[in-house]
Amino acid sequence: MLTVIVFLPLLVAVVLAGVPRCSDTVARWIWVGAATVELALVGVVWAGYETPPPGQLAFAERAAWIPGVGSSYHLGVDGLSLPLMAMTAVVFLACAVYALRERHRPRVQASLFLFLQSVCLGVFAAADLILFFVFFDLSIVGMYAVIAGWGHGDRARSALKFFLYTFLGSLALLTGFIGLYAAADPHTFDMPTLTAENPLAGRPLAGPVVLAAILIGLAVKTPTVPFHTWLPPAHTDAPAVGSAVLAGVLLKLGTYGFVRIAAPMLPQAWRGWAWVIVAVGVVSVLYGALVALAQTNLKRMIAYTSINHMGYVVLAVGAAGLVSVDTVEPRAVAVTGAVTQMVSHGLITSALFLLAGVLYERAGSYDLHAYGGLAAPAPIFAALFAVGAFASLGLPAFSGFIAEFQVFAGSIATAPVTAVALLGILVTAALFLRAGQALLTGPTTGCAKGFGDLRATELWSVAPLLVLSLLIGVLPRPLLDLVEPAARTVVDLLGR
Amino acid sequence: MTRVASEMMRTELLLPEMLLAGGALVVLLGGSFTPRHRQWILRGVAAAVCGTVIITAAVALSAPANTAFDGSYAVDTGTGVARILAAAGCLLVLALAGDALAGAARESDAYALLLFATAGAVLLAGATDLLALVVGFLLASIPLYALIGLTGTGAGAEAVLKTYLLGALFGILLLLGVTLLSGTTGTTAYAELAVRLPDAPRSVVTAAAVAVIGGLMFKAGGLPAHFWIPDAAQGGTAMAATFLTTVPKIGALIAVHRLAGVLPGTSNWPAVVATLAVASMLLGNLAAYWQTDVRRLLGWSTVSQVGYLLVPVVATGRSDLAQPALLVYLAGYTVTNVAAFAVTAALPRHRDRTSWRGVAAAAPWLAAALVVALLGLVGTPPTAIFVGKLTAASAAWDGGYPVLAAVVFINSALSLFYYLRWLVPLYQPWAVAPPDRPGRWSATVAVVAAALSLVVGVAAGLVWRAAGG
Repeated sequence: MLTVIVFLPLLVAVVLAGVPRCSDTVARWIWVGAATVELALVGVVWAGYETPPPGQLAFAERAAWIPGVGSSYHLGVDGLSLPLMAMTAVVFLACAVYALRERHRPRVQASLFLFLQSVCLGVFAAADLILFFVFFDLSIVGMYAVIAGWGHGDRARSALKFFLYTFLGSLALLTGFIGLYAAADPHTFDMPTLTAENPLAGRPLAGPVVLAAILIGLAVKTPTVPFHTWLPPAHTDAPAVGSAVLAGVLLKLGTYGFVRIAAPMLPQAWRGWAWVIVAVGVVSVLYGALVALAQTNLKRMIAYTSINHMGYVVLAVGAAGLVSVDTVEPRAVAVTGAVTQMVSHGLITSALFLLAGVLYERAGSYDLHAYGGLAAPAPIFAALFAVGAFASLGLPAFSGFIAEFQVFAGSIATAPVTAVALLGILVTAALFLRAGQALLTGPTTGCAKGFGDLRATELWSVAPLLVLSLLIGVLPRPLLDLVEPAARTVVDLLGR
Repeated sequence: MTRVASEMMRTELLLPEMLLAGGALVVLLGGSFTPRHRQWILRGVAAAVCGTVIITAAVALSAPANTAFDGSYAVDTGTGVARILAAAGCLLVLALAGDALAGAARESDAYALLLFATAGAVLLAGATDLLALVVGFLLASIPLYALIGLTGTGAGAEAVLKTYLLGALFGILLLLGVTLLSGTTGTTAYAELAVRLPDAPRSVVTAAAVAVIGGLMFKAGGLPAHFWIPDAAQGGTAMAATFLTTVPKIGALIAVHRLAGVLPGTSNWPAVVATLAVASMLLGNLAAYWQTDVRRLLGWSTVSQVGYLLVPVVATGRSDLAQPALLVYLAGYTVTNVAAFAVTAALPRHRDRTSWRGVAAAAPWLAAALVVALLGLVGTPPTAIFVGKLTAASAAWDGGYPVLAAVVFINSALSLFYYLRWLVPLYQPWAVAPPDRPGRWSATVAVVAAALSLVVGVAAGLVWRAAGG
């Protein structure tokens, strides 16, 4: 089942790329169709999902791949990966709908995005480090092509910077993986085996070094301060759908690695580094928020709020490593919050980037001050942007609130000093209100004159994302029931 | 007596080598009696020889390991894989020659030289006696001088001279090492050397190891004998450049690996090989950075690839992964490097990096092959070299050299920049004139080799098993 989910988009992508006579309209609709089928398949998995016992995966599939080096084709899901797979399927479907009006080589674009969907789902489903890495690395290649091929502005430079940065990070990650492999006895790349074995347990020297390599790799991808500099230009010059996928899905590959690989496989080293990770998280939260406040380019601003939001995740997983006897409960809450935040940020930020794409498509500018009073000519756009902004700043009743509330409840109970990161929420609130004010309110001026309101494809791609965020905010139980047991397992593994 | 002698010789084990040498003679003689417009027949003959070698070598691979000629030649997994890879590399080069060489004055001579050099590379790989090693070295070297000189241009002549002088110098170095080893132990057979070397004076053995491995670096194209590679890659014909950066390396690196298995650990050979590996990687990558001629860029890139290929050799005897990692990497390298060079052969007039603008629009398949080949050389999954780098680094870490594993990946990251510098113009619109029409044969070879590099990467489990893992 998972194999079908992971490789179906790839298959469609190959067919689309290989059949040049397929018309553009057909290609666009094939993409929407494939993305819908994917979402349905993930829904089937969700419906049939039963929490597996700790250390095991549901829907596991395994076949020999390179047995000589202890690597197998091993897929599986649990409470950490399934919500992210579902989020990925939703975001890609939204992009497919949004791109129904794409005029620039839609057939190639569709096949490229289907390829990206395959590799992103592959990362979340992989239960073998090499398989994980293969998909992880291919996501970089795919995104590079998206930015370089469909972006605007100084796209070649931004794409190159993105590629070099994240590729460097991925190689650090691979070095760390080989360290885990070499330490395990017998040598293996299998994730559940490595998690159970905890191979670097008694190695006070090698453990932190291997963890450092893995952390750097994941931190570049997430990105956290100080490895974030590739993100703003990549987002600014990427096409709207590219930004949505980059922020919504690709950033999660990094944070997912924290809870799936780094923390459970290297618990001792993680505990040793926990304060550093917490500090990086707090700095990312505050720095991301403050720099976002200073932006006048809407896309850059959303990009910096992504760094801020990913900072909460890093803060939470760092706090989870501050082990003491009476903090098991709050630490589990923090990890649950981290996973919820990944899903929530994926939905909300994708919506915001798609809306920013509407701005650029109409008026060719992301400058906040080039617009004014958009609410009059484009009421639907204004309403959706306001909802997205409120969701992003963590207003109750949206998914962001559930996530950030748990992150802080868990982190502050474990380490009260992390309360300083609350300032980040305050700054984010201020900057979103300011952006909304500049864009939407006042008399209609500048580029806002003659601004056409959302078309059907734009409405139907953005609105469902925000509705889902609202749904999670009001009825978080189905999601939390899925995440909580897995988060508890992570915390138990960290306590070893 | 005669029956015992034939059992010691077991010439039938050397069927692939005899096919290569015999085929070369047939092509050479046949070329003298074939009119110029029919010389393509000899290309077919040479290709058939390579195909037969691949099949016979594959059949022999399943047989248990054996030795021939009184233990001076090993017929085992290493030799078997070397036969297949060298013949496959030669076959691809023959196909690629269809564009530029068809109807040329020295067509059949070139085919004969290719087969001779291939035979030399295989002999290098299989030699388990120092004298057989020297014979392999010479047989692999001499045809190359002629191959590089086939162009008759000034740059070609310079490249030949450089190659010849370096070849002579490092050949003497190799002989010096052989003399030292046989002088201190009284034998040239590897099996005997392994027994007697631990008792030999340590300093002499170290010096001999440096000399022999250094001499073999000429064939491998690694530091310190790498100077001829970029010149030959740039100045020679596309066919010669493809061949000499691919096939001789197979023989030389397996020869170093075999020798490493014999040398005692006290001789510090791992440090020697590790130093050469790091130096080749670094210098190859840094020198490739600002090259504008794509063939020269690829030439430097092959120098860095030798560095990666030496990494599993360092772990010889300390990790079970070493030999399969080396062979899998060689398999990936052969197809990927041929693919990259074949792309340059398809557009011979496009030598400057910036003249590749618009190629993706004019020849999408060729551009795709180049993307796969160059990203493959970086080590992007799921291409074959990814598996090669991964297993090579794993072998090094497993053998007690974790730093070497890190160096592999740092260098891979370094190399990304110059490969991308070449890839980016492909997808830009052309400036003055549309690119040339790519050569049919070369473009086909490029696409096939790039596809093979993906296949080897995805089916790495099977290749790994064939390589004895």
